[in-house]
Amino acid sequence: MTLLIRIIKSGWMDFKRNSGLSVAAIFIMVLAISMATSLFLFRESSQVLTKNIEEKLDMYVYFNDELSSDEILAIQKELSGVSGIKDVVYISKDEALQKFVLKHRDDQSIMESLRELGKNPLLSSINIQAWEASQYAAISNFLINSDFSSLISKIDYQQKKPAIERLASISSGINNAGIIANIILALAAILVAFNTVRLAIYNSKEEIETMRLVGASNNFIRGPFLVQGVIVGFLSAVIALLIFGVGLLFLNSGLKLLLSGFNLFGYFISNLPVIFLTQLAFGIGLGVISSHLAIRKYLRA
Amino acid sequence: MINFQKITKIYYSDGRSITALKDVSFEIQPKEFVSIVGRSGAGKTTLFKMLMAEENPTDGSVIFEGEDVHQIGRSNLPHIRRKIGAIFQDYKLFPSKTAYENIAYIMEVMGVSDGEIAGTVPQVLELVGLKERADNFPEELSGGERQRVAIARALVHRPDVILADEPTGNLDPFHTQEIIKLLVKINEMGTTVVLATHNKEIVNGLGKRVITLEKGEVIRDEAKGKFIL
Repeated sequence: MTLLIRIIKSGWMDFKRNSGLSVAAIFIMVLAISMATSLFLFRESSQVLTKNIEEKLDMYVYFNDELSSDEILAIQKELSGVSGIKDVVYISKDEALQKFVLKHRDDQSIMESLRELGKNPLLSSINIQAWEASQYAAISNFLINSDFSSLISKIDYQQKKPAIERLASISSGINNAGIIANIILALAAILVAFNTVRLAIYNSKEEIETMRLVGASNNFIRGPFLVQGVIVGFLSAVIALLIFGVGLLFLNSGLKLLLSGFNLFGYFISNLPVIFLTQLAFGIGLGVISSHLAIRKYLRA
Repeated sequence: MINFQKITKIYYSDGRSITALKDVSFEIQPKEFVSIVGRSGAGKTTLFKMLMAEENPTDGSVIFEGEDVHQIGRSNLPHIRRKIGAIFQDYKLFPSKTAYENIAYIMEVMGVSDGEIAGTVPQVLELVGLKERADNFPEELSGGERQRVAIARALVHRPDVILADEPTGNLDPFHTQEIIKLLVKINEMGTTVVLATHNKEIVNGLGKRVITLEKGEVIRDEAKGKFIL
């Protein structure tokens, strides 16, 4: 216990007295933690963004005129159990007409044509929403090969296909590119942080040599460096948390516009304990592992 | 107490071999004051490195208090080293620790209680005449003062032997005499002292045992020797 207290005390004193190196290590570590935090926040906001885009997509299945509403409701029931389908809404001929009239009530020529026709020309339909944009093709195939395909008049997937595919590729592209870029930056920051710690320990290699020669055990030599790693990691996590908190608070209104109304600051605050613990674990882990690896080569012999 | 048995050390560099020590054998008894002399590169520092197990011999063995220091295993090395107080030409003080902390370090390593450290370190600082400099960092001390801190660090835990490798190499004549007087005093208090030096005046003034090395070989070992090269 006495030795542990001495190791902690020694680590703290070295951290204070080598303030220049400590500040440099904290700066780099804040950078690394920020990259990891950005990755976490980017994933969440890109998922929200993708979801928003995908929610705007849908597909209509029009049925032959002679089909009764009960038959269509039976098909609707069957479809709601199909995997990949999020929502199925039945739109009767009358509802379709009501919507059509509401939409075109100011267009005299359309309204005139409708009156001249004397009957409801619109078909009953089912509106389908998939969980993901990429699932519409499979759903369309399922409908074409289903038992009730002969009852279907038209599926508007082919019309919407280019737009759906493009949106699907954009949303997955945003996701993948962002994650890859962030992982590369985070890896770069981790390497820089590791090298900063390595340089700091390299700076102490003669001291380590002397510690060995006067009879200090490897644990007694290593301990203060690990304690410094913990201190640097802890302070860096706190600083990174403050930077993100204040930064998101000020940028929130702009980010809301960019992220289709997603409140990133609100998300940050509601997940504060998880984010802080992750930052803490990342910072302390990086500090301790870097110190442990860097000092290892000086403790051989 | 210390027994060098047919020690040979050969270094290999760029395909060439350099013999630093060749078939060196001698014994040092407890409470002895032994000077090891020789020109630069004669093998004095290599001899010390062998005893501290900093380097392994190419051949032969070093026995310290009945144990072969190169056979005891890495985990036991700190225990052997704590029985030796080492003084180096370049002091090897910890720059971010005060004089007091530098001296206290070895006692902390050994798990000595805070109370005992607080009682012993000021006494040793007084012995080396640095009581007033306890809170100064090495960079705030003169060369002589730094070496005295190094000596204090080497003796504070009452080691069985003190190895002083060119302890006066960087000092002026006044401070040199001061340091040698201190080493003699420590020896008179019962600690074995092994001094490596190429300072003729010091060795001739001591009138104690002298082992002379030349090109890695012991060429002379006299009980009351002189510096002859």
